[in-house]
Amino acid sequence: MAANAASSRNRLPLAGLIAILLGAAIMLTPLLWTLALSFKANAALVGNSAAALSPPWTLENYAAILGNRLTLRWLVNSFIVASGTTVGVLILTSLAGYGFARLEFAGRRMLFLLVLIGLAIPGQAVILSQHQLFAFANLHNSYPGLILPGLTTSFGVFFMTQYMRAIPRDLDEAALLDGASHWRIFTRVILPLTIPAQSTLAVFTFLASWNDYWWPLISATRSEMFTLTVGLAAAQMNYAQTSGLGYLMAQAVFASIPIFIVYLIFQRQIIAAMAGTALK
Amino acid sequence: MSGAAVRRRDPGLAFVAPFLLVYLTVLILPTLHGIWLSLHRIDIWGDGRFAGLANYSRLLADPIFWQSMVNTIFVTLMIVPVLTALALGIALALNRATRGAAVLRGIFFSSAILSVTIVTLIWRFILAPDAGLLGELWQVAGWTPLPFLSAPGFALWALALTTIWWSIGVPMLLFLAGLQQIPGDLYEAAALDRASRWRTFTKVTLPSLKRTTILVVMLQTAAQLQMFGQAQLLTGGGPSGASRTVVLFISETVFGRWELGYAQAAAEMLFVLILGVTLLQYWLTGRAGEGEGNGR
Repeated sequence: MAANAASSRNRLPLAGLIAILLGAAIMLTPLLWTLALSFKANAALVGNSAAALSPPWTLENYAAILGNRLTLRWLVNSFIVASGTTVGVLILTSLAGYGFARLEFAGRRMLFLLVLIGLAIPGQAVILSQHQLFAFANLHNSYPGLILPGLTTSFGVFFMTQYMRAIPRDLDEAALLDGASHWRIFTRVILPLTIPAQSTLAVFTFLASWNDYWWPLISATRSEMFTLTVGLAAAQMNYAQTSGLGYLMAQAVFASIPIFIVYLIFQRQIIAAMAGTALK
Repeated sequence: MSGAAVRRRDPGLAFVAPFLLVYLTVLILPTLHGIWLSLHRIDIWGDGRFAGLANYSRLLADPIFWQSMVNTIFVTLMIVPVLTALALGIALALNRATRGAAVLRGIFFSSAILSVTIVTLIWRFILAPDAGLLGELWQVAGWTPLPFLSAPGFALWALALTTIWWSIGVPMLLFLAGLQQIPGDLYEAAALDRASRWRTFTKVTLPSLKRTTILVVMLQTAAQLQMFGQAQLLTGGGPSGASRTVVLFISETVFGRWELGYAQAAAEMLFVLILGVTLLQYWLTGRAGEGEGNGR
């Protein structure tokens, strides 16, 4: 990320440096604490979590997770749901963005307004009715049931429409004069130009879907259909009876690894995209 | 519209139809259905008859609902100003092209990728009175550990602390993005005028970040008014409701007592509150901005 003239000229004052390092320590300590706990035998932690700071450390918690078929199943479920939601969102919002941004049709303005209304509808106002609707359609405890609510993203459509609007008109007009169909223009001309927007939306959709809690909590009631986020909550609530502290923390680390990898790969993209589009 | 495009019959509707179909069925229909539900008496005895505004008047007289409403507003007020100021401060400090700043940006964003389940799992064992990290530190300092999660005076603060730690990443990124967009010549002009660092900050940086600040405050307010997972998993809404949020109230009303219509009425009240607060913020900031020339 390139800092502009404003920033690079000023050196951070010492007090600022100390404050920011202190802040970073507050951000990191809980994560490192979790990591340390996850490498301790459960018995060693009973009543004495400070034991995490000294050896012996062990991999037994991770071995136990990999030996637990349910945890692996939850991991697979999370992947299917988050990927399915991401792919679905990209397809639907790209199509809609192209229609709203570059084509003229009756009712376009009104329909776009209808989509924008969705930005103001908070999840909790619809979730109970969605629950009934999905029960009626017999979609609970299924992948489509977990994926569909994530596809109604007004923000995604708005984002894609704005992005596609900014692409110069001459490009598709030239193609139209050559006799290309709209479908061809969409797939061959416009889509390739929207890759940055696609990857940004993909990262945020994937993150949001992976971390979504309330909908999978009420929609997936059979434990083999839990996502990792919900499964972990269930494990957390049963903490007293079943698993130990080290095991729980290992689960937390384990569940964060995939999303951390996604973040590492796309972090430049996230910052660049925020600078470029989120504030327009 | 160009002549070429008009001559063809536009398939625009076909492009937007797939999204609209999902959107209308899965979001708009349930929204309308939700309003309809809130006007009915739907519970485990299931007579489901029309009740007019009875659910709403019952809510207005329900002390548990009011307590959750007050908690929600209180915790939002605890979080949003602190979060906004912290995110701005961190962004100002880390808006530089050094390797160290890049690493620190990564650290401050790292908590944002965690799910609420993991965040609460971690913080529960930091705030646990006997064996938690904070408790251990407390004892090292020679103080008696406090029951952070189960004392009425502390539970909301524990939720706020956890949420600030969890949510700092995205506002920081938004402020960084806002800082990047301030034209360099504004700072050069300030330097030519020999403006002090503080004066440059208040006269150039802050006014240029107005739109970003509004965005951060509106997004965070709407998000915190809908707080659910932290309250459910960290404190369970307790002790005796001291940290129950409205969404937790809704969840308990449906999935604990199966009073669907009543819960839906609470959801609509929160909907109106969020919409009202958002519009109010929008209106206030719009009025505040009228006097200034906006060069962008």
